[in-house]
Amino acid sequence: MNQAIRHSWVAAVALFALIFGAISYVQVVGADELKANPWNQRAILQNYCSDRGAIIVGGTPVAESVETGSETCKFQRTYPQGELYAGITGYFSQNFGATGLERAMGEVLTGDSDQLFLDRVGQLFLGNQPKGASVELTIDPEIQQLAYSLIPDGQRGSIVVTNPKTGAILAMASKPSYDPNTVATQDPTAESNSINELLKVPGINLNQNVSGPTGELLAPGSVYKLVDTAAALASGKYNADSVLPNPAEMPFDGISYKLPNYAGGNCYTRDTASFAFALQQSCNTPFASIALDLGRDAIANQAQKFGFGEDVGDQLKLGYARGNGFPDDLDAPGLAQSAIGQKDVRATPLQVNMMTSAIANDGVQMRPNLIKTLRSPDLRVINEPQPEQLRTSTTPEISNQITDWMVSAVSEGIANRAAVPGVQVAGKTGTAELGNGTNNSWFTGFAPANNPQVSVTIVMEGVDIYTGAQLTSPNAKKIFEAVLNK
Amino acid sequence: MSQLSTTPKPRRNVELALLVLALAVGIGANMMVGVDKEKAFDSDFWFQSSLLAVAALVFHAVLRFRAKYADPVILPLVVALNGLGLAMIHRLDAPGDDTGNNQLRWTLIAMAVAIAVIWFLKDHRILRRFTFISLAASALLLILPLVPGISAGEILGARVWIRLGPMTFQPGEVAKITLAIFFAGYLSSNRDLILLAGRKIGPLQFPRFKDMGPMITAWLVSIGVLIFQRDLGSSVLFFGLFIVMIYVATSRISWVVIGVALILGGGFVASNVFSHVQLRIDGWLNAFTPEVYDRSPGGSGQIVQGLFGMANGGLVGTGLGQGRPDLVPFANSDMIIASLGEELGLIGLFAVVLMYLLFFTRGFRAALGTRDAFGKLLACGLSFAVALQCFVVIGGVTRLIPLTGLTTPFLAAGGSSLLANWIIVGLLLLISHTARAPVNTTPLPPAKDPAKAPNATGIDTPTEAVKHL
Repeated sequence: MNQAIRHSWVAAVALFALIFGAISYVQVVGADELKANPWNQRAILQNYCSDRGAIIVGGTPVAESVETGSETCKFQRTYPQGELYAGITGYFSQNFGATGLERAMGEVLTGDSDQLFLDRVGQLFLGNQPKGASVELTIDPEIQQLAYSLIPDGQRGSIVVTNPKTGAILAMASKPSYDPNTVATQDPTAESNSINELLKVPGINLNQNVSGPTGELLAPGSVYKLVDTAAALASGKYNADSVLPNPAEMPFDGISYKLPNYAGGNCYTRDTASFAFALQQSCNTPFASIALDLGRDAIANQAQKFGFGEDVGDQLKLGYARGNGFPDDLDAPGLAQSAIGQKDVRATPLQVNMMTSAIANDGVQMRPNLIKTLRSPDLRVINEPQPEQLRTSTTPEISNQITDWMVSAVSEGIANRAAVPGVQVAGKTGTAELGNGTNNSWFTGFAPANNPQVSVTIVMEGVDIYTGAQLTSPNAKKIFEAVLNK
Repeated sequence: MSQLSTTPKPRRNVELALLVLALAVGIGANMMVGVDKEKAFDSDFWFQSSLLAVAALVFHAVLRFRAKYADPVILPLVVALNGLGLAMIHRLDAPGDDTGNNQLRWTLIAMAVAIAVIWFLKDHRILRRFTFISLAASALLLILPLVPGISAGEILGARVWIRLGPMTFQPGEVAKITLAIFFAGYLSSNRDLILLAGRKIGPLQFPRFKDMGPMITAWLVSIGVLIFQRDLGSSVLFFGLFIVMIYVATSRISWVVIGVALILGGGFVASNVFSHVQLRIDGWLNAFTPEVYDRSPGGSGQIVQGLFGMANGGLVGTGLGQGRPDLVPFANSDMIIASLGEELGLIGLFAVVLMYLLFFTRGFRAALGTRDAFGKLLACGLSFAVALQCFVVIGGVTRLIPLTGLTTPFLAAGGSSLLANWIIVGLLLLISHTARAPVNTTPLPPAKDPAKAPNATGIDTPTEAVKHL
């Protein structure tokens, strides 16, 4: 009988061995598959309904988790000024993932970042509900609000305002925008409806890498002439006194196409031009001739030094487009057109701003930085990025020289509506023809020229020349005033 | 085998030390679940912790008086499991829910009944007098849920509940004890007869058809439970209980072969005939098919959500109070294993399963140690029943086998299950007491009505020499 009892025990233990195996399978071996199952709401709820850290601008949250009072989903992500900051915060949705800083700073916001390791250990022992760290931005709320309001509703455009000495981004606005609250809702039907609606709006691309100031690659037009100028001065073949050819049209061998000069300014008054005049009036043919003289590689090299087609460093956090830099395999007309920021040359508003800031900062380009501090749940600063040099774009001499010419473009040239009384403003406009009668209208510049505090880049897409002129330089003036009067 | 120490030791102090540890586990868990919530150290916590501790210590004191040679590991194991269950149920209580306190109430009642069993029964062999009364009681308990007026009707597809005033009760839980007593009594009296007669076919000796009466009875009971109560789990449990007991009684593997054949035959027919069995099996095999997942009743949503919870727990778990076991239906009863798996992780759940393993192992140890065939059969049957019940429940939750409605012993919310399992604890403690106590040669006092006793003297002859112990 005892033998049979032992056998029964062995049978029971065998059953338990199966249980151990089954538990191991569910909890370890097959766990990843179960976690990835679309019916599994846990990961979403754990993230989506948890107390995520806030994204803070000027002491006020622009993305925060508020208590819902419900047991199943305790916190709801809300965006108090949704449309104003949508391009930066992105959204944090239940079923469509996250974009923007919500995505890039996800680990910090949920409290899973390595930087919060000690806090997590503390939570383990104190049993506190995990709470994420908050992210404080370099954005100035007043400038952001101003920049956003300067883009008319219905107009596609972007404005980037930075501190050229630190790389800190003071404002980054674009339209069209959207309200992330409609995507972050707990109601799955409303959520997918609003995603579907947003996908229909031209200009709203929920993917940060291809839209907005950091992602949208646009023909830069004449602001690219700053690249040609820097390349020319760096080559040693040109100096401040060089006399540049300034024909009304530039012919090319073997084809009938002729590159025309800019029709808006006073270019037609002279056959030759100084750098100052060419930049003031934004004449095309002097820069095309520089490019043809120096060759494609010199221009491409300088473009690369200004950061076109290059990385922007790791403090921006947002997804961004690098672009391809200056095009390869150009024939003479192609090189001439590319040199004035047309044809296949593309750059993001942020890249144009970085070029401008490098000129403002004695030729040193700073890492664009959106993050002011990371704070643990008890508001202790756990990380405070310091200004860092990204690359040297040009020499102080060359940048000072270009600054002088940009100042004259505002004081005496076609960018004169950016002028601020009592302040030396350096600026450059651009008008890139889109081939359908409309243009991308640019302004990029900084102030004060002798001690730059702020660098502003504005682009309005698909506008006629008159509207573009209205929306760029005069708006830049308002931003300069707002920043400098603070 | 060499003889080791022959002087029996009570080992009650070991039990006390282990009991303190067990209470630390249960009360510590109860503290952890609420530590960062409003219910941290609320009145429920103090109430539950102090009462559990007092009850456990009273139980321990009773053992010192009445069964001082009882196994010192059984009580601490059960207290730890019961405490963990209380903590998880308390943790899952939404504001306003009172399941935690209700579970504590039932724990106290169940412990009181187990104490009464130990106090008044004194010797498990007395139960042998109630062999046929137990059969009648089993039949009554199993029929009750089907009787109009008493039945609580069909709850979640099964008719296993009766209504007692404001409460519901699951008599089938107690029936597993009365059935075990009946089988133990009947088999210990008739095992010689069953053993000697029979026909040999190949290597297996098969019993005479007339000796198969009890097996047929057990089979009919199981099938009856399956058909009328629609309770697949209990059906498997009763039949498994019987097979083990008849195997232990006869040491004949042929009984197991017949039993398994009957189970497979019955199961095959049942799965083809009864929709509730089909639904269970379909929900098991095709758990991840959308139409099965969403089906109501009998969908696999519950088990799939439980699996998600356990996967979420992973190796170390989310920590008590940090997971989302509340997303799983019946998280504090049928699926409490998934809840524990999520918050305690694989490591914690292994510890819980190991506690069950230790518990039934101590039960089997008592079966080996006791000298009477009835006690051996009873201890072995009850221990195996607990083990099988754990297997059916945990196997169901982990999708090893189809999910059935059995309760997780000591952990799941539910009074009848607690009561029945604590009675089993009381019986195993008594049996282990006789197993470990110095050999008592005094005969039992004669039964008041000798006719009812299967053996007029009440003395059991030793079945086997104790050298195997």
